[in-house]
Amino acid sequence: MSYWPLIGIAVVVLGFAFRLNPVLVVVSAGFASGFAAGKSLLELLALLGASFLTNRTLMLFVLTLPVIGVLERAGLREHAQSWIADLRGLTLAKLLIGYLALRQLLSMLGLTNVAGHAQTVRPLLAPMSEAAAEKAHGGLNHDEQQRVRAMAAATDNVGLFFGEDVFLALGAVLLIQGFYATNGIKLEPLQIALWALPTAIAAFVIHSVRIVLFQRRLNRHRIGSSNSTAAKASDAAD
Amino acid sequence: MLRIEYAWWLLAAFFFATAWMNSRERRWAATAFWAVLALLFAGGDFALAAKQAGDARPAQFAGLCVVALAMLAPMMRRPAFAERALDERIASAQRLRHRLFLPALLIPGVTVVFALVDLASKKYNRPINWLIGSGSATLVGLAFACLVALLAALTVTRSRPALAVSEGRRLLDTLGWAALLPLVLAALGGVFTATGVGNAVAAIVANIVPTQHAFACVLAYGLGMVAFTVIMGNAFAAFPVITAGIGLPLLIRLHGADAAVVGSLGMLTGYCGTLLTPMAANFNIVPAALLELDDSNGVIRAQWPTAIMLLAVNLALMMWLAFR
Repeated sequence: MSYWPLIGIAVVVLGFAFRLNPVLVVVSAGFASGFAAGKSLLELLALLGASFLTNRTLMLFVLTLPVIGVLERAGLREHAQSWIADLRGLTLAKLLIGYLALRQLLSMLGLTNVAGHAQTVRPLLAPMSEAAAEKAHGGLNHDEQQRVRAMAAATDNVGLFFGEDVFLALGAVLLIQGFYATNGIKLEPLQIALWALPTAIAAFVIHSVRIVLFQRRLNRHRIGSSNSTAAKASDAAD
Repeated sequence: MLRIEYAWWLLAAFFFATAWMNSRERRWAATAFWAVLALLFAGGDFALAAKQAGDARPAQFAGLCVVALAMLAPMMRRPAFAERALDERIASAQRLRHRLFLPALLIPGVTVVFALVDLASKKYNRPINWLIGSGSATLVGLAFACLVALLAALTVTRSRPALAVSEGRRLLDTLGWAALLPLVLAALGGVFTATGVGNAVAAIVANIVPTQHAFACVLAYGLGMVAFTVIMGNAFAAFPVITAGIGLPLLIRLHGADAAVVGSLGMLTGYCGTLLTPMAANFNIVPAALLELDDSNGVIRAQWPTAIMLLAVNLALMMWLAFR
């Protein structure tokens, strides 16, 4: 076996470390590995072109952008925010944990493309999270707003990944089953899917606890800073 | 009958429109970038069909286009578009209220209908060829849902159709090359598989592990899945490589681990790696761009503690459940 194709991995690691443009880094890595494996330029171009084209489904999310753009121009984010702000008792933690549960359940049913960063997080979950956080803590500063948005995206990822493998999951479970079948081990999809259940529960518990702690940290920070503004105000009064 | 090809043509048209608008603003790198991408989406099926028939030239030309995209990407600048004024948006929000949610919820809603129809057709053995001509029913459904939602959005907001293109283009140009990253990474996965990168990694790991200890093998398999997923950005790409290299020979054959447990938990351990890596661009980098985060690794920063804790849980579960 030749170890030279590993040079592609080195190109990826170095490229990311030096913060070069990721698209350029990735394509260069393909050529580095390809040449190291003794492929010709024409072979490599055909390989790269064909693998690019067979993965076009990864760009389907772009079709949501015109819809989101039109709705955002008409005030979708502003309305989502004011609606959440009016709902009594809905905190950031309740919103995110509820979304996490919903996302996991939908993924378990194989409905993975129903929600997502373009479909639900940018137009709905992120602005709602900001509004829920603002309700409890007053206005968010830029840094806090960024962290709330990032947590909303992270919650979508955790819900998707650790729901997908349970029960009806089509892609992952079939890949595992197919791999074993070619290696002479026969398994039923359900056997594989069931063993994903403990991890699904662990993921829900761990991430929910982190969401609660995240909200508490935002809270404490807020109380701290409002105390200091109160202190400043009283200083001014003196 | 709906075909996934229609979605490619629609995307090609949208990319062409984006290129044209950029050319009017004399943003040449972006113009060329979106035009080349439009060409790839418009002619993709032709190139794949030609390759099947034994003519590699269109696929080679597609590869050349991908190289051109990689050259153009570093030249693109993230533009600053003026959004509609905040008070106008608030006034519109107060007028339209919950009606604004309807089109947004139609995207998941219509997609679910397609997914459920597909499930039912498989269960009752009634093919749905009359509805879905080619491609996965869910993905065709997603594309169709976007069209339905767009019509609804234009109706609800009483906007001109041209607005859909200009607003969609605003978001697409805000994403810039980040929109393309998942696709290029998947293509790299194909190249890595074809050049034997995975086998080399598995061989190295298998050489340095003290194989007589079951725990060392579990650790090597789990961490191997994480490491290779971090490099490839995709647990699906890592699974066959690392399971063939470590899981099958060391865990299942040598130590008699339960294959179903190893497979299931191995894949989920790989997912922990997906949460940690900028190579998983569609989950970690694209949302950072979509949410306009200053730090492109902001999403990874928010989720790494969950990933590390789950990794520990998975390794413990594998130790416990695979050797019952």
